[in-house]
Amino acid sequence: MPSLGADMEDGSFIEWHAEPGQSVARGQAICVVETQKGAVEVEIWEAGVLAKLIASPGQKIPVGQVMALVATAGEDWKAIAAAVPPPPAVTGSGAPPPPSGRVKVSPAARRRAEELGVDLAAVQPSGAHGAISIADVELAAAAKKPPDRQAGMRDAIAAAMSRSKREIPHYYLASEINVERAMAWLEKHNAAVPIGERVLFAALQLKAVACALRETPELNGFYQGGAFRPGTGMHLGVAVSLRGGGLVAPALHDVDKQSLADLMTGLKDLLRRARSGQVRSSEMADPTITVTNLGDLGVDTVFGVIYPPQVALVGIGRSTVKPWVTDGAIVPARIVQATLSADHRVSDGMRGARFLVELDRLFQQPESLA
Amino acid sequence: MSMSRDEVRKALIDSILAVAPEADFSQLRPDRPVRGQLDIDSFDFLTILEHLHEKIGVDVPESDYGKMMTLDGSVDYLMRRLARP
Repeated sequence: MPSLGADMEDGSFIEWHAEPGQSVARGQAICVVETQKGAVEVEIWEAGVLAKLIASPGQKIPVGQVMALVATAGEDWKAIAAAVPPPPAVTGSGAPPPPSGRVKVSPAARRRAEELGVDLAAVQPSGAHGAISIADVELAAAAKKPPDRQAGMRDAIAAAMSRSKREIPHYYLASEINVERAMAWLEKHNAAVPIGERVLFAALQLKAVACALRETPELNGFYQGGAFRPGTGMHLGVAVSLRGGGLVAPALHDVDKQSLADLMTGLKDLLRRARSGQVRSSEMADPTITVTNLGDLGVDTVFGVIYPPQVALVGIGRSTVKPWVTDGAIVPARIVQATLSADHRVSDGMRGARFLVELDRLFQQPESLA
Repeated sequence: MSMSRDEVRKALIDSILAVAPEADFSQLRPDRPVRGQLDIDSFDFLTILEHLHEKIGVDVPESDYGKMMTLDGSVDYLMRRLARP
């Protein structure tokens, strides 16, 4: 069970998308796990042949526990599968199931199962002689009930943000950035393409942030075990608010290397999946920095709380038309407030300022972000 | 394609429901901005326009977004666009 965020302790197994004997490639989604932040497609981090599936639906699995065995190159998956003892029973008291034939159920337990819509074949008996009791049926019904996602997500956000405020010595910087050129350039682009190819300002912002990070790599990565570990790419966590409350911040990978058109396609896909609860494990675990864009909510400035173990968060507020002085003349221009929250254990205000200056510079050359 | 005002209104509402399935149109003020009432961000708004384009064939340019603020105003605008494509 992979850790899909600093705050994750375990996940509930939902289903397999692969079977024993099947070849799997690194990064392939092979199963679905329910976390406090919704259902996540788990991608395998090793290539090989699936030898044995150990996790079963409904099981609660701690981070780090084995879910499946994989035979790597040169290994015989059948031998591996045969060498492993069967997985232990998951629920119930551990009493062995009846040896064979039909399941023993008391009439009262059978009635209760019908009332609760529980499949008796899926119930683990705990009574003497492997008989299913009313208590077993009720236990199975409780396990079947979906977890309260709203409360779970609020708990997850609370845990991560409390840890952030406890452990991370934040410093905050803000800069007004004139985005008139960037937005005009984008509007010109959008007027010339069909609706499906229109690019949102949010996508341009992400590209600008990713490219600006090249100047200050110490804002991009993780603080773990008392030391900073730089990110292996500009994997931007995109803060996505969910209808009905809560938020997730899954990653868009290698944002600095993508064309704006590809980035927009990726962003649409990510937002759509995040809002329907279908993010992938790498997207949950990989963000090296988070970007929050509250512009749509009509606020000017957002001072973000860093998502540990990341070391920085970039906030961009709404654009508003303001008087701006250019070459001695006052002109109307669209302005945004860009903010940086960063970890003082890793960087100082001087470096943070350099990031915001670079971000400003890039917004003045939108063509370079295409 | 000739569409009645009611048909256009329904196409718009269906497009909004595709991104905001919980929206309750009996509670919505048709003369107030829709986006604020239904928490529709710029991504949702673009998605709604894509649905609308599929349903009634009107491609709303960014320069006309200001005419799509309220439900009533949006229907007025779309009727004009359908009359003079």
